[in-house]
Amino acid sequence: MATAERQAPARRSGANTALHELALAAVVVAAIAGATALLLLAGGYPVGRGLAALWSGSFGSWYAFTSATLVRAVPLMLTGAAVAIAFRAGVLNIGAEGQLLVGAAAAVALALVSREDPGLLALAPPLVAAAAGGAVWAGVAAFLRTRYGVLEVISTIMLNFVATYVVSYLVRGPLQEPTRVYPQSATIADAFQLPRISGAGRLHVGLLLALALAGVAGWVLRRTAVGFRIVATGENPSAAASAGGIDVRKTTMHAFLVSGALAGLAGGVEVLGVTFALYENISPGYGYTAIAVALLARLDPWRGVATALLFGALEAGAGAMQRDAGVPSTLVSVIEAALILAVVAAQAARARRLSGDSAVAIRPVNA
Amino acid sequence: MNDVIEPFIAATVRTAVPLGLAAFGELLVERAGLINIGLEGAILAGAFGALVGASAAGVGAGFATAALAGLFIGVLFALCVVWIRADQIIAGTALTLLSVGATGTLYRAFYGSGGAALGIATSEPLAIPGLSALPVVGTALFAQPPITYVAYLTGPVMAWWFRRTHAGLALRSIGERPEAAEAAGIAVDRARVMAILVGGTLGGIAGGTLVLAQAGTFAEGMSAGRGFIAIAIVVLGRWTPHGVAAGALLFGAASALQYAFQAMGWNAPYQLFLVVPYLLTLAALAGAVGRARAPAALGRALEARR
Repeated sequence: MATAERQAPARRSGANTALHELALAAVVVAAIAGATALLLLAGGYPVGRGLAALWSGSFGSWYAFTSATLVRAVPLMLTGAAVAIAFRAGVLNIGAEGQLLVGAAAAVALALVSREDPGLLALAPPLVAAAAGGAVWAGVAAFLRTRYGVLEVISTIMLNFVATYVVSYLVRGPLQEPTRVYPQSATIADAFQLPRISGAGRLHVGLLLALALAGVAGWVLRRTAVGFRIVATGENPSAAASAGGIDVRKTTMHAFLVSGALAGLAGGVEVLGVTFALYENISPGYGYTAIAVALLARLDPWRGVATALLFGALEAGAGAMQRDAGVPSTLVSVIEAALILAVVAAQAARARRLSGDSAVAIRPVNA
Repeated sequence: MNDVIEPFIAATVRTAVPLGLAAFGELLVERAGLINIGLEGAILAGAFGALVGASAAGVGAGFATAALAGLFIGVLFALCVVWIRADQIIAGTALTLLSVGATGTLYRAFYGSGGAALGIATSEPLAIPGLSALPVVGTALFAQPPITYVAYLTGPVMAWWFRRTHAGLALRSIGERPEAAEAAGIAVDRARVMAILVGGTLGGIAGGTLVLAQAGTFAEGMSAGRGFIAIAIVVLGRWTPHGVAAGALLFGAASALQYAFQAMGWNAPYQLFLVVPYLLTLAALAGAVGRARAPAALGRALEARR
């Protein structure tokens, strides 16, 4: 998938690149607005009111921007980086959703049984547990792939379903709140709740963590030997192994586990910073939206911060559209899917124009 | 014991029919060397299509619109993969997402956001004279909605088609070595498109079966991963029609176990039963992949278009 990017003319100046990116962003935003308007029109909804709600619910006010858009962008930044790293390594991890759920469950479980320590240190164990939970969940798929050659696309999707039922069982069984009435866990103690950023409504410090990790992930992929090994493995595993002397199997496995850890952390941050308890449907499909976030960012975690913001705004705005104009919030999935298809098609067309060769290199499966 | 076994067989077949239909469709696609992850989307689109068609003009129309809806997803997949040469896995994933979003949006737009249980007439069972009178298995196997018999016949017909017809041989050769097939004068892309379209249609009919022969209603996301399970069944069935039929029955039986256990009064968290098909898929893939031989060109990026 990164083929197209690397084949692009490399001698564009810095300012030009920034302009190019800005123009691209403007096109994407215009396309989203246009597509939304069309869908609203097709569904017989009030177009003006719908678009107004989309705006007011996302960027229309400081409150909407912080408490709705940014709050939703945080898990998308983390899961987006997770998907980007995996896809770069040639691992098609569609399982960020399941990894997020397991991470959330692990964080809540630990926060509920732990003794409360005062101070920020209390936050570390549940967050580590979340990352570990996500990594373990991804590890199952990684093991199945390296040991048995099971296509990870299928296995991660299956594990998403399993994770959903695990959470469903936990909130009705071992983790259910003490009165045993509601299918949710007890609220975690104050010491384990992520502090809020003052003056920014519901926004919590998870934003800083997400920004930092997206920064590190992007830096690793762009500037380090580890990142080079990941990208080389994803581009052409056999060349990476023979010409690069790269341990492809190990690189793939590690990228998969890191991807799972980031997605798990997204779940941990969500329960410690937003919901404060575990219940079903804690994620409105962040793990699936993450695929759109990562692809639109051309698998770069730095750009992923911007696309996460865009999709966070879209999700927040969709919620407002449903409240104010009665527009089904599932509309967002249609827009996301259309964006993914547009990006993939554009890359395929561009690669063909540049090289005359077939576009996206997908590694052979089950080979 | 009969009161356990007979419902068990009936539940097995009931679950296996949509899975089998979808898996037969995917088998065609995979024999042409492609993987259509969008099958899940085709099933869901078919389920919604069935609701629209059946509530307007009855069960027959419901199956027709279900097939059309699946065909539509197939057309989109063919456009992305064969025409544009986009990545198969990502295009398929996006189409599934598209289907989830579009059916959810249309459902709420047409039938209200409450999602009130919308009952529609289901396909009447058709008893086959003689066979349906057999003890134990008679009713379970041979007094079923007509679509069940379509599923029974699809396997043998497909096996014959693959083995005995020129077109079937051509399709298999594309899945093994597209370059050689092209050199032999086979219209490779046209055959791929046909396989995708038929595969999507079968996926749509599978979704229609869920609504018209089972649930009698539509629910958002009701395909519940059946498209992915069907893909696993193709692997488990080692890319042969009879293997796929056996795989679908195995999955049907595994899902039917929950009814059997409930009938026998065995109490366990219900999530444990619901999770069985997904775990079985993982186990089946892990056990089957190494030993089965996939079409050689399966999932490979398509060659450049000329």
